[in-house]
Amino acid sequence: MSELSAIDHSGHAGGEAGFGDYVQLLKPRVMSLVVFTAMVGLIVAPVPVHPFVAFTAILFIALGGGASGALNMWYDADIDRVMRRTASRPIPAGRVAEGDALALGVALSVLSCVMLGLAANWFAAGFLAFTIFFYAVVYTIWLKRSTPQNIVIGGAAGAFPPMIGWAVATGGVSMESLLMFALIFMWTPPHFWALALFMKDDYSKAGVPMLTVTHGRAATRRHILVYTVLLAPFAVALALSSVGGPVVLAAAIVLNALFIRGAWRLARRGEAAAEADRYRTEKAFFRFSLAYLFLHFGALLVERSLTAFGLGGW
Amino acid sequence: MPIHPEHELHARRRSRNLGLGLVLGAFAALIFGLSIVKISHLREGKLPAAEARP
Repeated sequence: MSELSAIDHSGHAGGEAGFGDYVQLLKPRVMSLVVFTAMVGLIVAPVPVHPFVAFTAILFIALGGGASGALNMWYDADIDRVMRRTASRPIPAGRVAEGDALALGVALSVLSCVMLGLAANWFAAGFLAFTIFFYAVVYTIWLKRSTPQNIVIGGAAGAFPPMIGWAVATGGVSMESLLMFALIFMWTPPHFWALALFMKDDYSKAGVPMLTVTHGRAATRRHILVYTVLLAPFAVALALSSVGGPVVLAAAIVLNALFIRGAWRLARRGEAAAEADRYRTEKAFFRFSLAYLFLHFGALLVERSLTAFGLGGW
Repeated sequence: MPIHPEHELHARRRSRNLGLGLVLGAFAALIFGLSIVKISHLREGKLPAAEARP
């Protein structure tokens, strides 16, 4: 194809992606969560890691997360074109070819796992490979379009990073890393179901069987409340574990009380009230869910920092 | 459609090439740094983090 034939009549250069388009394929906002939780998992682990090795490990865990994001965008290009929230992504917008996204996803998956193995250990690398497989194949290809439990089971992929960070330091799994996993795993459904409540038409148009589409919005509100209540004991258990302490416990009590209060408000609201104020409460709950996770893992980090001064911890 | 000496297509291509160049440079620096850390740990008779475990 000549250069001029690549330019359509609107002057848009189709197929000539800029560097930023490839960065967008890696879902940088999701990567920020992966980086943060993996970093906390690594730092709170009882085995010290050389700072440069830690930096390299976090970088390649993030890259692995990005690679799975590219694979997700490759496979979901058809439904991304339909949904308002995702229509401007590089593939549906025509800036990156589907084959290029697949190649980038596969290449970065291999590179990130090999480099994590070389930088840290092969257990962590295998864990990263499993996480990429889980997100790209189990969630994206298998669950997302077939069951309303997609978010519940698929949420495990987003919950693995702190366990990988912990594995970088310790070379294994422990109760503390499982509790960090459980915290994100139980947090994911209320977070995404709140999003589905105010992105009301997107999922039904795309034919994605979100709970809002298959079981209705009232049932989704009740599910949010149930998961939010079930999440609280895991948060408290993490606070009482060896990586916890008074700071984490205080954060867990306050954050979970606020989260349950928000979920209770959502459960009591009807659609008429939600439409009347343009889903203000649902949007506020979604925003708070983001803060919930960052503050919870932030509290773990603060607790760990305090132990260096002989404070914090149990 | 007027043909400009430099079309948006060229700008995108430059950004892609520049970005890739910087990423490759950073990757080389990372490998170098990692090698230094690993070799110095080996000299001290210890391995970083979990590698030391059986």
